[in-house]
Amino acid sequence: MRKGREPAPRRDSVASNGTHMSSLPVSDLTSAVRAENVMRHYPMGESIIRAVDGVSLTIEPGEFVALLGQSGSGKSTLLNLLAGLDRPTSGSVSVHGRDLAKMSSEELARYRRNDVGMVFQSFHLIPSMTITENVELPMRFAEVERAERAQRVRESLERVGLSKRLEHRPSQLSGGEQQRVSLARALANRPSLLLADEPTGNLDSRTGEDILNLIRDISLSLGMTVVMVTHERVLAERFAQRLIFLADGKLVAEEVQA
Amino acid sequence: MKGYDLLELAVRNLRQSKLRNGLTTIGISVGVASLVAMLSLGVGLQQLATRRLAGSGMFDTVFVTSRQDFRGFDKEDDQKAPHPEKAPVLDEASRVKMTQLPNVTEVEPEIRVMGEVIAGGETHFGFVTGLPMSARENEAFDTLKGKFFSSDNADEAILLLDFAKELNTKNPSELIGQDISLRYGERQALSQDASDRPQLAGSDNEASSAGGNGDDFGFSVVRKQQKLRVVGIVDQEPYGGMRTVSRGRIFLPVRTTERLNMAQFNDMRSSLRGASGKTYTTLTVRVKDPAKVQGVQDAISQMGFRTFSVLDATKSLRRFFTVLDLFLGIFGSLALAVATLAIINTLVMAVLERRREIGVMKAIGASDGDVKKLFFTEAGAMGLFGGVLGIALGFAIGKAINIGTGVYLQRHQLPAEPVWIMPVWLIGAAIAFSIVVSLLAGLYPASRAAKLDPVQTLKYE
Repeated sequence: MRKGREPAPRRDSVASNGTHMSSLPVSDLTSAVRAENVMRHYPMGESIIRAVDGVSLTIEPGEFVALLGQSGSGKSTLLNLLAGLDRPTSGSVSVHGRDLAKMSSEELARYRRNDVGMVFQSFHLIPSMTITENVELPMRFAEVERAERAQRVRESLERVGLSKRLEHRPSQLSGGEQQRVSLARALANRPSLLLADEPTGNLDSRTGEDILNLIRDISLSLGMTVVMVTHERVLAERFAQRLIFLADGKLVAEEVQA
Repeated sequence: MKGYDLLELAVRNLRQSKLRNGLTTIGISVGVASLVAMLSLGVGLQQLATRRLAGSGMFDTVFVTSRQDFRGFDKEDDQKAPHPEKAPVLDEASRVKMTQLPNVTEVEPEIRVMGEVIAGGETHFGFVTGLPMSARENEAFDTLKGKFFSSDNADEAILLLDFAKELNTKNPSELIGQDISLRYGERQALSQDASDRPQLAGSDNEASSAGGNGDDFGFSVVRKQQKLRVVGIVDQEPYGGMRTVSRGRIFLPVRTTERLNMAQFNDMRSSLRGASGKTYTTLTVRVKDPAKVQGVQDAISQMGFRTFSVLDATKSLRRFFTVLDLFLGIFGSLALAVATLAIINTLVMAVLERRREIGVMKAIGASDGDVKKLFFTEAGAMGLFGGVLGIALGFAIGKAINIGTGVYLQRHQLPAEPVWIMPVWLIGAAIAFSIVVSLLAGLYPASRAAKLDPVQTLKYE
């Protein structure tokens, strides 16, 4: 199993050839994310809610994919399954050839910490912490050396275009700025997969576009795979390379952008 | 997560709700303080008691009485022993036997008689006590004014300060070097020709001649007077006046009292016994080394006598203090138990309040273990702060107790002594205990926090 200490070179190796996992079949390594007949059912009183009901999909490294659908279509649940925050009832989810279903909760935490960055609709910054501290937090969990952290915080914040008011609390920032901080936090541990859950949902359309521009640029420059949940088709068409439509927990359509 | 980060996050989280966590910490500190104050009181009292006993110089002494004369404190022991009438009497022969036991340095009778001191034309009633030369080592004579007896047979007296003041109110030390007269009762054999009296069965004339008193059938008490030179004055009673019905106020060398053949209370008992000559009420056996006391005591018990030593007293004292400490500890712990509930309450509240935050931390890579450790550290930090604060508070309480008792003792003309002592081990133990208790209290909230489902906590509302 990989150590959490050295996440830096992994992104490149995954993007280029994936040789760091020699024990796994090469076919698996060509895709960043591979879901096979994934189901996630919740018991709700007497009945069972089929939030995700047999989804299979493959996402290539460096791809920008949008998951679209009505609310309750299961897109957020699917995203949580990819993030390792939730486990499928059946089926398998593999990221870089590793089956998340087979991981212990400790391993899943390490996976989230080192391989995944998450951005949320309501930012989910910790209100009592300054901008810097918020961005630093995932590196504390990843046990990054203190000296390196400061530099990486700066680097991440620069990447999202924030250089001022770094010692302010999130509540003193605008929504767009908060989402940038949240993005910087997601990038802090240099993940290979960025999962965004309605990242523009709480932003006006201009600011939302700025954020998506930023995400696309970062994805391109770092070769980072992006999976974004949204219900705004126009934005998805503008930024994503591929659109995946979900309804009632099932994959109903797919569109590849020119 | 690394320890330092854990601590940093825990402390910043605690500072987020200063009032609530502050109050909880104060709660812990009150608990620790009450525990520490109670246990320190136990320790202090125990040290005070041992100090008193050690200072009395009685750790090397065994008191011997006859089973015939007194029954012991221990009823069970009494029942197991042979019938009292079959027990040996404390006569000269047994005294000699005790002297010959290994490690015994001296065996002296305890002599306490009533007397009248005539000085300056007035008479003063006082109890006379015979002291062996070894009494010089007793702490009471550390502050002796004048000199100790020149020999164990000298016609000299040492007075207790209180009594000296009675004789000479203005300047008691003037008495040193002066002569006083002691009026006492001399025991005289009733008849010279004991042969014309009926012999009691089993009477032992040899023993009576060994005692040198020849008064098997009774004696008369004749008033006598003896001139004595006052050589010294002591502040306190040697041996703390232990084992005496009434305190001695005039001290004479023990041989002098024996030579004068002073009539003692117990002479009545020995004349009734009729079977032997002179007997002693109590013999004081001094042992070379306190460590050898037990052996000597056992040997004398084997001879059939009742023995008592401070060793016995310290044994029951130690048992008493163990029980006392236990009770003080239990009462002290009650406050800490309440504080534990406060910690649980505070942390459960914190888990509820920080649900979202916990979910976020998990989403960005915190493991269940990290979350658990974070809450544990918060509990432990409160325990540490509470413990340190509690020690300080307990110390203040203890100082107040000491000052209070000091004032009280001085008002009663007694030297102030600390009754409350906080040993270093107690400081360490109390802080450690406080942390451990806090961690235990954090067990439930921490595992509750760790079990939170991030998907649920992060749901958009």
